[in-house]
Amino acid sequence: MPKANVTFEDIGVTVTVPAGTRLIEISEKVGAGITYGCREGECATCMMKIVSGMENMSERSVLEDKVLQENMAGRSHRLACQAQVLGGDVVVRPG
Amino acid sequence: MSCEQVSLAPGVFWIGALDPQLRVFDVILKTANGTSYNAYCVRGETGVAVIDTVKAEFADTFFERLEQVARYDEITVIVLNHLEPDHTGALPELMRRAPKARLYISVKAQTMLKALLKSEDLSYVPVDTGDSVDLGGRTLAFLNTPFLHWPDTQCTYLKEDALLFSGDVFGCHFCDSRLFNDRVGDFRFSFEYYYQHIMRPFREHVRHGLDLIEPLELKLIAPAHGPILRDGPRAYVQRYRQLAAPLLHNEAADRAKTLLIFYISSYGNTARMALAVRDGAEEIDGVRASLYDLQGGEVTPFVDLIEEGDGIVFGSPTINGDAVKPIWDLLSSLAVVNIKDKLGAAFGSYGWTGEAVQMLEDRLRGLKLRVPVAGVRVKLIPTDEELDRCRLFGRQLAEHLTGRATRRVIDMSELLKEPSHAQG
Repeated sequence: MPKANVTFEDIGVTVTVPAGTRLIEISEKVGAGITYGCREGECATCMMKIVSGMENMSERSVLEDKVLQENMAGRSHRLACQAQVLGGDVVVRPG
Repeated sequence: MSCEQVSLAPGVFWIGALDPQLRVFDVILKTANGTSYNAYCVRGETGVAVIDTVKAEFADTFFERLEQVARYDEITVIVLNHLEPDHTGALPELMRRAPKARLYISVKAQTMLKALLKSEDLSYVPVDTGDSVDLGGRTLAFLNTPFLHWPDTQCTYLKEDALLFSGDVFGCHFCDSRLFNDRVGDFRFSFEYYYQHIMRPFREHVRHGLDLIEPLELKLIAPAHGPILRDGPRAYVQRYRQLAAPLLHNEAADRAKTLLIFYISSYGNTARMALAVRDGAEEIDGVRASLYDLQGGEVTPFVDLIEEGDGIVFGSPTINGDAVKPIWDLLSSLAVVNIKDKLGAAFGSYGWTGEAVQMLEDRLRGLKLRVPVAGVRVKLIPTDEELDRCRLFGRQLAEHLTGRATRRVIDMSELLKEPSHAQG
């Protein structure tokens, strides 16, 4: 199965995950500071910054794009409950 | 019954409603004096603004008061400082009656407005700090004050008259038909109580909001609940600044992160673990670790401590498959303070099944704390080796607090195997 490496900067942990994993599934289990609210892409509580490796993330869905825009998010921000890691290396932090 | 006009300044009117019978507000707040839903009307030369409305069941009073001071076809502006239903209950009907009015809401209020009115097809103007709307000789300027106490909250400042329509900020649940703070009964306890329950969890945001409000000339503050503050309005701003400051000076704040270890112990085993966790944490420079036996304390002072702490650790035995009640009591009392992003951890001795540690870790994650180091569980009496593990646990927590944690690489399968998370 294709793998990806996700580094959570705030706690200094890199997790090797199967491609396609949603970031919230990892951050929750590893105890990182990316917190969740509704888990359905609506409340934007889990908005986080992709420090590097955005090219290794899934495209924004229409819903995610709308919520990010409504919350005035920059281009490097994603919703952890929506964004999937597709491969390679990704570095994230809360924010 | 017709009501008298209430004027705050020439062409500025209170058009709210009184709810003297209310005793419990929004589940969490008691009120011995009911409350008021304050709405306001501002007349300019070319337009009229309505600022906030009232709870739906008081809409008739609101419209009656509004009709005394303005015609619906004159209303050009509706400002919503906060979209909670006690301030927007009359909004749909107001929009129907005043079709020329444009709606001004904060940027963050957009999704809430759509949810409130159950429509995606709405016309409104999202505004931020620096934006304003002209009523002809009168200007309403907007201050974006998020999380006071919802994401959408804003204040609106009538520049020419130096009046601040503050929404829930500086408000309280205190109903007195005399309305103005120099005429109503003593409401100071309500003001403090309201802050402690509504604003305190958003202390950082209160400070940011005050940074915007303090430079303004203030002749009067018109909040969305409780007395209108025309006598010494600045004193209420100053009081908020005091309330948003730490309760006590933390003499170690500049040189150390605070790790608070709360424990409770049946036979002294979890207590011995707690001591070892503290000793381990103290080995790391820049951490002040403190131990508290929950059996000897009450909840409120511990909540105050936690508000100021950087990391909180709970040690609990497992009794009948659960962590013990004093710990849950404390954990269920933290809604009044902001604990998001603090470091959390758990440990404990058990005799039989030992579920407490994981249950506490799950709860801490649910409260949005970081829980980067897996807890330590010990069956009955901790051995020297197990106490060493506790010391290591304390060191690791301290390293996380001080940003010195060793970087780790782990596989997702390890996370899935371990019910809580990988060993840190």
